[in-house]
Amino acid sequence: MNETLGKPVATAEQRARALHQALKQKGLLPDGFLEGFTKSMEQDWDPANGGRVVARAWVDPVYRQLLLADGTAACEQFGYTGPQGEYIVALENTPTLQNVIVCSLCSCTNWPVLGLAPEWYKSFEYRARLVREGRTVLRELGEDLPADVTVRVWDTTAETRYMVLPHRPDGTEGWSQEQLASLVTKDVLIGIARPRVA
Amino acid sequence: MDGIHDLGGTQGFGEVSHKINSLKYKPVFHQEWEHLAYGLLFVGAGHMELFSVDEIRHAIERIDTRSYFASSYYDRVVIGTATLFVEYGVITQEELDTLLGSEFLLALPAKSGGRSGPVGSDQFEVGDQVTVRDEFISGHIRVPAYVRGKSGVILHRTTEKWPFPDAIGHGDRTAELQSTYHVQFSAKDIWGSSADEGFVVVDLFQGYLDMAPDQNVPTLTELKARITEGAEA
Repeated sequence: MNETLGKPVATAEQRARALHQALKQKGLLPDGFLEGFTKSMEQDWDPANGGRVVARAWVDPVYRQLLLADGTAACEQFGYTGPQGEYIVALENTPTLQNVIVCSLCSCTNWPVLGLAPEWYKSFEYRARLVREGRTVLRELGEDLPADVTVRVWDTTAETRYMVLPHRPDGTEGWSQEQLASLVTKDVLIGIARPRVA
Repeated sequence: MDGIHDLGGTQGFGEVSHKINSLKYKPVFHQEWEHLAYGLLFVGAGHMELFSVDEIRHAIERIDTRSYFASSYYDRVVIGTATLFVEYGVITQEELDTLLGSEFLLALPAKSGGRSGPVGSDQFEVGDQVTVRDEFISGHIRVPAYVRGKSGVILHRTTEKWPFPDAIGHGDRTAELQSTYHVQFSAKDIWGSSADEGFVVVDLFQGYLDMAPDQNVPTLTELKARITEGAEA
């Protein structure tokens, strides 16, 4: 136990386990529900999914058109829709436009395509600062954008769940979709990084 | 709700604790209990359909300000979820206290019963200049304060509609369904010289918007038309 503001306060883990126990005692936890949901969070919803979507869009112009016109339908072709990924919009980067995603009010993220939000994305620092000084935040994170690149920040404030469609980097001509997908990291899909060819 | 959760644009924070591509993002959870936060939330919001995800957002917004800042992300989800299970009478504060061995911190009671979708709001088109209504709502709302009263241009109108958050966030299952709009603002218009050059796009429900009073600012459609006219002249 910690002492905060003079009152004894339990730890976060103790609170979570107490709530779990309270619901369990009442028989409110359906068999396998938590196990199934945890599997989705840990395994099914993964940035590699977004990587496969982007790689396909880079090599298949018709699919790219679909992704930009109806992101939900395009992701559904791979089965990458679901909770927090029911209305998907893909944001197209160009050499002079960098789209970046945030949720300033909480943590909204396109779970099926990007995976759950990482800790830094949910931090007060990112939520407070990105909307006002996107270019500065990206530079601090390690992505120092050229001066001619416009930064466009997308605040996830309703039901749209975004993914960034990065610009395909030079030097990847003839690559397989698997090779291309490996360039598309979680940070690339959120928009804080551009794909890098080693 | 003008709460502390509405962080967009707040100054005084240091650097984001991350460097690009430095994390493998596996394992997803860093502590063995963390999966319980969303798991138990979706028992209530998904399996039982006891409350909406909007109500969870509002419950988390209602956490005492000092506790909001002092607690971790998943801790806040647990507190918000526990609050709704108690408010809906499924479990009691006493049961939680007994299991915990001390007082279980819950969010503060709502200060508002919410509101229904504003009537008379127009449907807008891509390229329209709109202004975010200059209104102060003490209940749940999905407008970050930094765009209140500001004008921007519509980039997208959704092809689906969803329940108005200010209503369903308070448990109103009859909430009006509305489109949302991706509205682009200039960061300099919002924060002046303290902002970087660039744009912010906010996904706003129809009921938060009005047509901008000054439509002399050319819309994208008009600009395109002018360019076409110029080319033909």
